[in-house]
Amino acid sequence: MGPLTILSEFPEWINLLIAFLIGIGFGFALEQAGFSSSRKLAGMFYGYDTTVLKVFFTAAIVALAGSQLLSFFGLLNLKLVFVNPYYMNATIIGGVIMGAGFIMGGYCPGTGISALSIGKIDAMIFLIGGMVGAFLFAETYPYIQTIAMENYKGPMRIDEWMGVSPGVFTLILILAAIALFWIAELAEKKFKRADITSDI
Amino acid sequence: MEKQKYMNPYLAGVLLGLVLLAAMFLSGRGLGASGGIKYTVVALVGAVDKQHAMESPYYSKYFENGESPLKNWLALEVFGMILGGFISGALAHRLKFKVEKSPKISNNKRLLFAFLGGVFFVYGAQLARGCTSGAALSGMAVLSVAGFVTMIAIFGSAYIFAWFFRSLWI
Repeated sequence: MGPLTILSEFPEWINLLIAFLIGIGFGFALEQAGFSSSRKLAGMFYGYDTTVLKVFFTAAIVALAGSQLLSFFGLLNLKLVFVNPYYMNATIIGGVIMGAGFIMGGYCPGTGISALSIGKIDAMIFLIGGMVGAFLFAETYPYIQTIAMENYKGPMRIDEWMGVSPGVFTLILILAAIALFWIAELAEKKFKRADITSDI
Repeated sequence: MEKQKYMNPYLAGVLLGLVLLAAMFLSGRGLGASGGIKYTVVALVGAVDKQHAMESPYYSKYFENGESPLKNWLALEVFGMILGGFISGALAHRLKFKVEKSPKISNNKRLLFAFLGGVFFVYGAQLARGCTSGAALSGMAVLSVAGFVTMIAIFGSAYIFAWFFRSLWI
């Protein structure tokens, strides 16, 4: 019954070894998907390559449906799995700043690490910028602490907020993803850029 | 050797989803990336100026238990990511030092915007308490509102800013 390291009270080093192994799988999956290429990632925002949407939503649905199934069969206690707390203002403002960083840099932190691992120099510079960003945040924290804490809603769940069961919400998300995949395939045809996609 | 094609995106999505599910089942948590960058910075600041780190309201909490900030789930996961990406790149013959950019812009311009993008992204990720991995993807998998809002905010904002930065890419 999971989560294993919480319920079995393994020593800390086993949990860290698991983290390392999970990281290997994470880095491998991102690179295989092509997320080690900034021009492939940027294609999401100009329509010529929509891999980001396909990988992202498929992964979210597999993990969501998989964890709901494990919970249903009593194999995973979802009450012990971390649910991200919702600080409304910080989430929205932070998300908008991240989107600007995404289109300027061509990576997000995870994909930047993936690109670094195969030798992309632009990814190395992106991550150095990222370290500067984390440093600036820490140094400016006293001034933005209010924004960071405003409108705290706790670990709020979207199924509860909509008043549906987790299963019904999962189904809605799957249907929405299918519609998005269909639009994505159309976009790739409409905004086709063979000169770029043959190069990445 | 000719470099190989990328994996089918839906298949890669299933693989990534299974890795995330494994993290939830084994460690009771999701994936992360910007957090690993943060712990690296915290460790660096601690090494350079320990007094500043202990007095800062932001850094001090990471030094409370007396252990290195790098002895942490997210930091170890990020070290693993580099190895995993390297293995994938080696198998597909994609290992190569290069600056990836549109042929229409110079290397310096690409690297300047890569740097600025990194500054913005990780600053925003610290504020929002997670990036595309830790907040958006992992958050959606546990049905957290924060996950869905982060996803919409990141992608919505990138679509709006894409018009201003189109000369970098297309």
